[in-house]
Amino acid sequence: MSAQDAYEEYYVPHNSKLPIFASFGIFLTLYGMGNMFNEMKAGVDSSFGELVFMTGSLVMGGTLFAWFSVVIKENQEKLYSNQMNRSFVWGMSWFIFSEVMFFAAFFGALFYVRVFVVDWIGGVGERGPSNMLWPEYQPHWPMLNTPDPIRFPGAADFVHWWPLPFVNTALLLTSSVTVTIAHHGINEGNRKKLVTWLGFTVVLGLIFLCVQAYEYYHAYTDLGLTLNAGIFGTTFFMLTGFHGAHVTLGTFMLAVMFFRALKGHFSKEDCFGFEAAVWYWHFVDVVWVGLFLFVYILGT
Amino acid sequence: MSAVIEELHHDGHHHGPDKGIMRWVFTTNHKDIGTLYLWFSFLMFLTGGVLALGIRAELFQPGLQIVQPELFNQLTTMHGLIMVFGAVMPAFVGLANWLIPMMIGAPDMALPRMNNYSFWILPFAFGMLLSTFFMDGGAPNYGWTFYAPLSTDYAPPSVTFFIFAVHMMGISSIMGSINVVVTILNMRAPGMTLMKMPLFVWTWFITAYLLIAVMPVLAGVVTMMLMDIHFGTAFFNAGGGGDPVLFQHVFWFFGHPEVYIMILPAFGVVSAIIPTFARKRLFGYDSMVYATASIAFLSFIVWAHHMFTVGIPLAGELYFMYATMLIAVPTGVKVFNWVATMWQGAMTFETPMLFAIAFVILFTIGGLSGLMLAIVPADFQYHDTYFVVAHFHYVLVPGSIFSIMAAVYYWIPKWTGNMYDETLGKTHFWLSFIGVNVTFFPQHFIGLAGMPRRIPDYALQFADWNMVSSCGAFLFGFSQLLFLFIVIKCIRGGKKATDQVWEGAHGLEWTIPSPAPYHTFTTPPTSMKEAHG
Repeated sequence: MSAQDAYEEYYVPHNSKLPIFASFGIFLTLYGMGNMFNEMKAGVDSSFGELVFMTGSLVMGGTLFAWFSVVIKENQEKLYSNQMNRSFVWGMSWFIFSEVMFFAAFFGALFYVRVFVVDWIGGVGERGPSNMLWPEYQPHWPMLNTPDPIRFPGAADFVHWWPLPFVNTALLLTSSVTVTIAHHGINEGNRKKLVTWLGFTVVLGLIFLCVQAYEYYHAYTDLGLTLNAGIFGTTFFMLTGFHGAHVTLGTFMLAVMFFRALKGHFSKEDCFGFEAAVWYWHFVDVVWVGLFLFVYILGT
Repeated sequence: MSAVIEELHHDGHHHGPDKGIMRWVFTTNHKDIGTLYLWFSFLMFLTGGVLALGIRAELFQPGLQIVQPELFNQLTTMHGLIMVFGAVMPAFVGLANWLIPMMIGAPDMALPRMNNYSFWILPFAFGMLLSTFFMDGGAPNYGWTFYAPLSTDYAPPSVTFFIFAVHMMGISSIMGSINVVVTILNMRAPGMTLMKMPLFVWTWFITAYLLIAVMPVLAGVVTMMLMDIHFGTAFFNAGGGGDPVLFQHVFWFFGHPEVYIMILPAFGVVSAIIPTFARKRLFGYDSMVYATASIAFLSFIVWAHHMFTVGIPLAGELYFMYATMLIAVPTGVKVFNWVATMWQGAMTFETPMLFAIAFVILFTIGGLSGLMLAIVPADFQYHDTYFVVAHFHYVLVPGSIFSIMAAVYYWIPKWTGNMYDETLGKTHFWLSFIGVNVTFFPQHFIGLAGMPRRIPDYALQFADWNMVSSCGAFLFGFSQLLFLFIVIKCIRGGKKATDQVWEGAHGLEWTIPSPAPYHTFTTPPTSMKEAHG
């Protein structure tokens, strides 16, 4: 709460053309994607969906670029009061909380399958006797063979936690340290330190993504572990895939902050854009630790 | 919607609204956006209502008269989706937009551009959802709860667009809720401590928290569906080691808090209206806050009471039964407090008060039938019958919808500067009250007698009460045109409202002129003595 005598004007833009373009952009993107998926499934040869999707992505990308540019510009013009900055802080925190809940749904699915489904589908446990479809089926985790191998072919092996996932864990944990050093750079007013260590962090993020891509390639070609291999492939690729998508976004955010740092943005008092990206980065880091533990080590 | 007067220009930052239609498209003003939400919600209410009347027309008599079973399934599904996501939720967000900044003495919502974005996603989302009626295979036909595998292996191709429409609604809700939480945490006027906030603000604060927590889970479950349908994953397919029941767990982890998302703001509205017309302070303010928080907490740990008959282990059935019944305690605290507020009050019965009292009585009926459904062995009988339909329509129609109507009558003089027509308002109330009860009370009987929900045809013994129910539905449905007329009449003119509007009204929103100026509290108010509702 700001005290009455210290009241600063709260900046409310009079109007904005950005949101309607963003609404239209997200609509086109998703409508195009829906058409793409349905055309793919129906085996229809049409580029309508792709065209709408590409248009939507361009509108959305352009609008987001313009939107963030406007916010950065307004911030540089000192239009934002301390109270406004607190709104951004709270907003980002609650956004990250919503992301936590998104991952919770997928982790929840994994735990439910591990704890209940594996037993029940093999005829064991309280609901076991209700399984009458596959009386011969012997499940165990990781579930590399499935009850219905025609539709879900299963896999030869799973991805072992050593070496690739372990290397990735080291990469991400190191990146959390480097980004903290960059943050110290801002606090000390040392731009060279900021730029160097932030650059390191972005590179570590990119290496992580390359290792992850290689791991997927290895799983598909050498192990036969695919998205439709059954529930193990499902949970493995969905959890690590969504995490990878978030690392991509986080790396992009840090890269933006890197270029802003080069342009001379950020001071000890005013660096929330940077901090928001760092929070996001720590969030994907924590999710990875959960993945490493529950998907790679305890999950296999 | 209203002829909003321009505030005096005592500095350069005070603008009135823009001219023309683009005002509504580009606006960042919380009052404009609130108005947009409320009109959009009313449009969706009428759309969902037309679908409901299609259902009731078909059920007027046994046999297939008007629609084929395929279309009937689409009608029930789309009715539920549109009413939940298009009518009730946006209406409460509209009220939040209009009222929260005025109630806590803030200049606007905390993130005004994002506020506009939250709204304008919705017409696109519902445009996409409604367009599924014209697609090959028709609209979603798997019920608003879209259980797998009905919604995956056996769904029409339009399910892909349903999924993306739900994603857009979720994005809108999450951004809208973040805005509400940030506004309440960061924008309160000095002296407006948390325990001085009006209960409408408190209930929305907790609702917004629920939304941020569960809308991502809904996004998760529809994403799992999308992957199962298009990319061969096995989340909900036992053949691949998944489980269709997993769908229900994830869905209801979202779905049960969602139920409270649609009722907690209603509690806030009623807690504002009853003290005004009883001319007494709200009884037990603190206990109301704690009861709301308790209900929100419990909403996360009771989800499987929707799934008693799918075959969950006995320990699970017992736990979810007792946890569910526990919700009756904080809800009972609330009902007690509303009644105690009215006790020995100097009561008058203007339209908002009539709707609020009807809310207390009829919502309690819906709550008690909920307690019956919570009992596992009883639920084995009631599950998927019209008793369930009667139960949740009692909490949603004379619950949520009545509270929204009460709110509109209560605050519309502040929004437009004019009083609504009291005689017409009371007529609207009585028509709605009779219509709702004639529609939904008989559904308890046919449900207990064994009529299943979501079917276009039924056995002869259910005929009489179905006919009664259909008559009530048409009465209730067409009464809402009177509501539309009253609102438009009030916008266009009428007796001028005073600033306080209601003799017993307290709170910051009643200290500013009627109609509320385009910008209010650009500097925070200093006196909080009026603040405590």
